[in-house]
Order: sequence, then C-alpha cells, then structure tokens
Amino acid sequence: MSKRIVVDPITRIEGHLRVEADIENGKIVDAFSSGTMVRLLEEILQGRDPRDAWAYVGRVCGVCTSTHSLTSVRTVEDALGIVVPPNAELVRNLMHCVLYMHDHVVHFYHLHAMDWVDVVNALKADPKKTSELAQTISKWPKSSPGYFSDIQKRVSKFVESGQLGIFANGYWGHPAYKLPAEVNLIGLAHYLEALEWQKEIVKVQAIFGGKNPHPNYLVGGMACSIGLDDVNAERLAYVHQLLKQGKDFINQVYIPDLMAVASFYKDWGAIGGGLGNYLVYGDLPTNGYADTKSYKFPSGAILNKDISKVHEVDLRKEDEVQEFITNSWYDYKEGKDKGLHPWKGESKINYNGPKPPFEHLDTSKEYSYLKTPRWKGHAMEVGPLARVLVGYARGVEEYKAIVDKTLKDLDVPVAALFSTLGRTAARGLEAVLAADWALEFYDSLIANIKAGDTKMAEMSKFNPSTWPKEALGVGHSEAPRGALAHWINIKDEKIANYQLVVPTTWNASPRDGKGQMSAYEAALIDTPVHDENQPLEIIRTIHSFDPCMACSVHLYDENGKTISRISVVGD
Amino acid sequence: MLEVKQPTYYEEVIRKGYNRRDFMKFASMMTAFIGLEKSSIGQVAKAMETKSRIPIIWLHFQECTCCSESFIRSSHPMVADILLDMVSLDYTETLMAASGIQAEQSLKNTMSKYKGEYILCVEGSVPLAADGVYCMIGGKTSMQILDEAAAGAKAIIAWGSCASNGCVQSAKPNPTQATPIHKLIKGKPIIKVPGCPPIGEVMAGVIVHLLTFGTIPELDRVGRPKAFYSKRVHDTCYRRPYFDAGLFVETFDDENARKGYCLYKVGCKGPSTYNACGVMKWNGGTSFPIQSGHGCIGCSEENYWDNGRLYDRASSFAGFGIEADADTVGKIALGATGIAIAAHAVATNLGKKHSIQDLENEGKISEHELPS
Repeated sequence: MSKRIVVDPITRIEGHLRVEADIENGKIVDAFSSGTMVRLLEEILQGRDPRDAWAYVGRVCGVCTSTHSLTSVRTVEDALGIVVPPNAELVRNLMHCVLYMHDHVVHFYHLHAMDWVDVVNALKADPKKTSELAQTISKWPKSSPGYFSDIQKRVSKFVESGQLGIFANGYWGHPAYKLPAEVNLIGLAHYLEALEWQKEIVKVQAIFGGKNPHPNYLVGGMACSIGLDDVNAERLAYVHQLLKQGKDFINQVYIPDLMAVASFYKDWGAIGGGLGNYLVYGDLPTNGYADTKSYKFPSGAILNKDISKVHEVDLRKEDEVQEFITNSWYDYKEGKDKGLHPWKGESKINYNGPKPPFEHLDTSKEYSYLKTPRWKGHAMEVGPLARVLVGYARGVEEYKAIVDKTLKDLDVPVAALFSTLGRTAARGLEAVLAADWALEFYDSLIANIKAGDTKMAEMSKFNPSTWPKEALGVGHSEAPRGALAHWINIKDEKIANYQLVVPTTWNASPRDGKGQMSAYEAALIDTPVHDENQPLEIIRTIHSFDPCMACSVHLYDENGKTISRISVVGD
Repeated sequence: MLEVKQPTYYEEVIRKGYNRRDFMKFASMMTAFIGLEKSSIGQVAKAMETKSRIPIIWLHFQECTCCSESFIRSSHPMVADILLDMVSLDYTETLMAASGIQAEQSLKNTMSKYKGEYILCVEGSVPLAADGVYCMIGGKTSMQILDEAAAGAKAIIAWGSCASNGCVQSAKPNPTQATPIHKLIKGKPIIKVPGCPPIGEVMAGVIVHLLTFGTIPELDRVGRPKAFYSKRVHDTCYRRPYFDAGLFVETFDDENARKGYCLYKVGCKGPSTYNACGVMKWNGGTSFPIQSGHGCIGCSEENYWDNGRLYDRASSFAGFGIEADADTVGKIALGATGIAIAAHAVATNLGKKHSIQDLENEGKISEHELPS
C-alpha cells in the first residue's frame, strides 16, 4: 500500500510549486503535476503594437529575465524580415551569456545548494582543515583558516540568536546529507560570497540594457548606440572587467564546489533520469540568427537516450511542436483532444476544478493551467542537460572536451548524465562555456568597432507603414531553463495572436491524452525517499530542473488514493 | 524555546566583519537615500545600533519574481548580505531553506509569535475574477492567503508594480481581474514601492527606514515614499539639457543617438514618470534605461501598459502638463529659429522652478507613527 506525501510549497524556485507523491517501499511510484496560477498575457497582447511585445512578455519572468524579451524581438523580426546588425547580435549574445552566468550560479548556491549542503553541520567543521581542503580544490584566494573561521563564527552566533530567518526549519541533519563538515562549510561560505558576486555580473546587462532585472530590448537591434554615451570605451572596458571577474568566480568557486559536492553524491547519477527525450532549439548565433549551423548551442532532439542520433527540429512545421489541453483548464474550438501548432494556438480559459479552499484536485479530469506541449507527439525534457547532450551527441569539440573531462574526474559513465546529478552538473558546464563565449563575443564586438562598424540597429522596417498587411513569425532562444519559442501573427500593424511555449511548460505540464507524463512527473518516479516527513530527495530532483513556474504545480495520484498530509516535524 | 536577545543591526554588521567606519558609511548612505538631513545620520546610526531585527513575511502572488531578484541586487556591500539577516526574513519562498509543511510552519510561527509586529511584503497582484481561482497556493486563493497574513501585520509593503498597481496582468482587458493590494486591504499602513521592478536600493531604503524609525517613510498622496518617487525621471535626467536645447534622437541608432541626445521623440516616458532612476540609477549606479539609449517605459506609473505605445512620444497622452507646451516650442526650436529656442528655454525654466518649489514642500519630513 502506497502512502501519499505532500510538499507544498516547494521553495527556492520561481513561483509556487506543490508536489504530491505516492511512496511505496521507500520509492516514489506515482505523481501528478499541476500549475494553478495564470495571468493570460496572450489575451492582453492581442491588438497591441508588435514592437512593444518584448516589454510585456519580458514580464513573464524576472528570474530568467531578458530571455523572453530577446525571444520576442526575434519573433517580430522574423515576421517582418528584419536582419539585425552583427553588433546587435553580439550584444544580445553577451547579455544572454551573462544571464547564464548569473542564473546558473544563483541556482546552484541559492536555490539548490541547501539540498546537498547541511548548513548546521558546517558549524562542526575545522576551519584549518577546511582551508587546506579549499586550497587543494581551487586557487580562489579567499581560503585562509581565518576566513572560514570568521564565517563559522558569524553563522554560529546567528543560529544562537534564535532568529534563523531563511535557514529556519530546513531538513538539517537528514541522513541523505553526506558531505563532510568541511565541505559543508565551504558551501556555506560560498553561498554568502555568491550572493555578493551575483549583483556584479548583471551590470553587463545594465550597461547594454539600462537595468536588470528586465533590461530593454529593441526590434531591429539594440537601443544602446556605440558612440559618445551609451556604449563608449569606458563602458566597454567595464564590461570586459566584469566578464573576467565572472569567469574567475565560475571557474574557481562554482565548478570546484560543484565537483566536490558531486563526488559525494555519485549515487544521484542513477536517480531522477525521467523521460530520456531531450529537445533543444539552439541559440547564440555566431554568423547571424538565420544561420542555425553557427549556433554555440546547437539545436536538435534526442529520443530514448540514444545519443548516436540527433533529430532536426523545425518550429514552423505544424506537425512538430503542438500544444494539447486534455488535462488543462482550457478549451479549443475544435475540441479537447486536438493538438494545435502555436500559430493556430488558442488560450481560452475554462477552470472547472474544485472551489477553493480545497484539499485536492480531481486528477481524473483537467488539473492544470499549463498546456501540454509535445514534439512529434513525444514528451521532451528541455534545459541544460538537453543542451549539453545535444552538443555532445553532435560531436562539438567544446562539449566533448568538457563533458569527457567531467565524467573522468568524477569517475562515472556517460549514463550518469541521464539523472538528477547530470542535470545539476550540466548546468555548471554550461556556465563555464557561457563565460568563455562571452569573452569571445566581447572580442568580436571590439574587432567590429575597430574595423569601423558601429551600427547597432536596423531601423528601415521599424515604421509600421513598411509592414505587410499580414505576417507570421516565430522566434526562439535557449533560456537558462530550456528551449523557449514565441509565435506571432501580425495583422494590420497589430498583434492578432501571440503564443508562448516556455521551458517549464515542457517540463512541468500535466499528462497528455495518451497518459504520457511530462519531465517532472517522470523524473520523480523511482526516486527514493528515506523519510516521508522530510522528503529532501523530492526537492533535489525537482530543483535539478530549476523550476521557473510563474504558476503553481501540484502532483496528484491518478488512482485518487486518500491524501494524508504529513505531520509537522521539528519547529 | 528560550527567548534570546535579538541582535541589533549594528551587532550584525560587526559580526559580518565590517568595522564601525563601514557601518557609519552605510548609515550615511541610507540617511541620504531616505531623504533626511545630514544631521540625521547620527539618529539613523543609533537606531541601527539599538533596534532588533524586524520579522518579515514575504508573499508571492501573480508576479514574476523580478522584485525579489532586484532586492538581492541591492548594491551597497552590506545590503545584499546583511538585509537578509538584519530583518529576519522568516518566510520567503524564493530563498528559504524549508519547504512544504516546515515552510508553512515558519509562516505560522511568525504570524502568531510576532502578531502585530511583523512586516508583510507582498510581491504580485491578486486575481479576483472567477472567485480567485487564477492564483491558488496550497488549495487556497491568493485573496484568502493575503487576508490571513495581513490581519496581524504591522504594516504592508506592496513591492513593485504588480502589488502597487496591478502591472502587466492588469493591462486591458485585465482578464484575471488582477488587483493591487491597497484595493483589497483596509486599515493597515500600506507602502507602495512601484516599478518593474523597483530599484534594489529603493527596496533596501524602505526597509532601513522602517527599521530605523519604527515608522513608515513619508508617503505621497498615492502612497509612495516621497524620498524615491517625488521626482520625475525627466527632471533628474542627465540628458535634460538636450531636451531644453531641442536636441533629440529622431530614430534609434541615428547620429543623435550616438551623441547621447534626448530620447523624448522616440517615446521616452520620463516626463510623466516618478522614480529615482535618474538619481540612483540601477545596479549599483551602473546605468539606467536612458543612459543605455532606450527611453523610460514608465514602469513605476499606474496603468503604464495602457498609457500609449512604447515608441509614441509622451505628449500624446493625458497628464503631461507643462512639458507638452515645451515640446511644441521644442519642435519650433528644431526648425532653428533662435527666438523659439529662447522661448523654449524660458518655458522649461518656469517648469523647473515650479517643480523645485514642489520638491521643497514635499521634502519636509513628517513621520507617521505606526499603529501598534
């Protein structure tokens, strides 16, 4: 007989997430996923100026900020046939790499680390031993015994004060925490250091986009001109300094910590694998957005963990990406079971769930505000692991080198990538690549300017009077959390339809009409849970996806077993 | 549990390894940020040395978490690190270690133990359509959750434009009936901190004010702290002289854009937007939208999503006032008649004089005691 457990809210994510899972013999046997917040931005966008859309959809997410705005300007440019100047492409790439550097570090330390690092146990560490260990894994200068001892004292007093703030009520002392006290102390110290660091790297986005979160974009290029003011020599020198500092932190703090933590949790290389299908749209063009072969993140799909074959992906084909609503609170004109390509997408809401407050949803019918996207009918995982696998499977040298080295250093097989640990490791590897690429893009930008090319925006088609009466467009990007695309239909200078299919919709959506689970649900199956009252393992796997909800997710049992909410543990 | 004396902010600072000098620097900066005279620095410093940490509950509804992200960007060396501790952030879904029941327990603990004392921060709007089903957490609607948490709060901070004015989800036709906090909760002091997001240092400044004086900062007639929202972006913009001189960017990335001229004609909403961007800038003073070549989109203003298109010039919507005249003159000035340029300058200077007098009046400090 299985037992239902509830984790609600799951914290350290964007948005609200509720997980319910059935546990039998210490393993999860069933689960459902449901989003319960909706803002209906698609409806709000109708009738507006397509050039303004980036600002509206940018507000879909403030954590992976800038991604939706970037995708939106690409979508409108696609519809209107605008090709942005090389400098604008480079600045966009730079800003995008900076987003990766920031977002992946913040995810590792502030959203994910406390799943692996026991903060309270860090107080037992020997600062001298911690210092020795830190110096063997990295040349990062802040590693003296005094440094670690100061941090330990600060946190000790904090704990003694009785006001634990954000550290209150964690699963501290759980047997699934396996790090030695010294590694825990390093993790804790770098949690605090990363909090200081993260506000620096985003300054690159502020220089080009005016602010962060939510920097400004522009259909046709970027608004920051190269000249006396917006982007001048001083600004560019500042960007270079920030990029170098960012790269140092990733290589000397994030990666050594990730490897140290991973080496104690190799068993998680066989847990949380899930679907085994991976989808990437591709991003970071090096020869214009239209030249998909020039992308630093190559596109493609992998099915059934078969990395010997990478399938091509076409977002314009109506039988590839489709959204289903069998289990979602929406109606389509042509019925519940139809799949719609986003150009023909509809967002007519129809909530028919229970009236709140309620204890549980009826999962025998619709149970989510998320639609269910499928690629050629397959449920797909998107995100860092998908990107690293596609790059690796395509034999791109940069990916081969970094993946093979990591597997060798950890002494684990390729199969270990298909896991919770693989997802978390892939994110780190991407951060390394993004930091390198950012400097490449920077050098290219400087070279262009030196050669006399200072054009930053193509404005010849900015005026609506130059537009065709009707136009379809699709734009894509690789958000930190995975493949992202927007589809637009422009009519009479206005938005007639705008549809977004976002990474977390791929990963966190409800089951489709065939009963196929999406990535979150699938990854939870077979995850071991040591203590039902402290389901740390569920949180590890869910966090490995870096959920970005802007919505709530519920997981429910399809057989409708009785829900028994767990009792309060600790205080 | 044994009651332990709560550490003061000063003790926290010293514990964090900063010295007294750093502390005074921070106190000075915050004094300036919250709009006090220099003579108040001592008062701010003293308050930080002696006041306990305020418990904070931070809820998320219809939002995108940009406010939390901006808050952790707060740039002074101590703010990102120490504000998290000094205020005892007892419940924040973005950062807290605990999940599930343990997280709910943290929320309940603070609500009961610090009843009437905690500050409730709200990020996001509340959808009222369809009985609230468009935002449900743990089977409850956001309205039900807000009601419970607001009841015992000493004061409420409405972070960002979502909580202050509904932001993007409340744009027409506002399909979920997204509603800002002040329209839902009555009888509690509510501080609106609009912006999408607000500047990190503004958020820090509001919290430091609460901590320092135990009072809410002086608010304008719509409930925003005057220290940060009494000046228009236009009045504090370093490109204002170009506006006054009638020198405008005509289209993005043109010759004038490369010279850093005024962005008014390509849609800058600075003339109708009240915010501190021109003074404090973003990300530790790195830049702000205009400095990076894009006009202000007016993100801290109510209904800014419906106040005309981004790239339409600002005078075409209501409430523009005196600058609309200035623009008319400015357009003539662009026709290069010296007389018109002079007239423009006069009109603009009159406008400036008026706003400086307003600022002086608004700048007088009169604190509102919080109801206990």
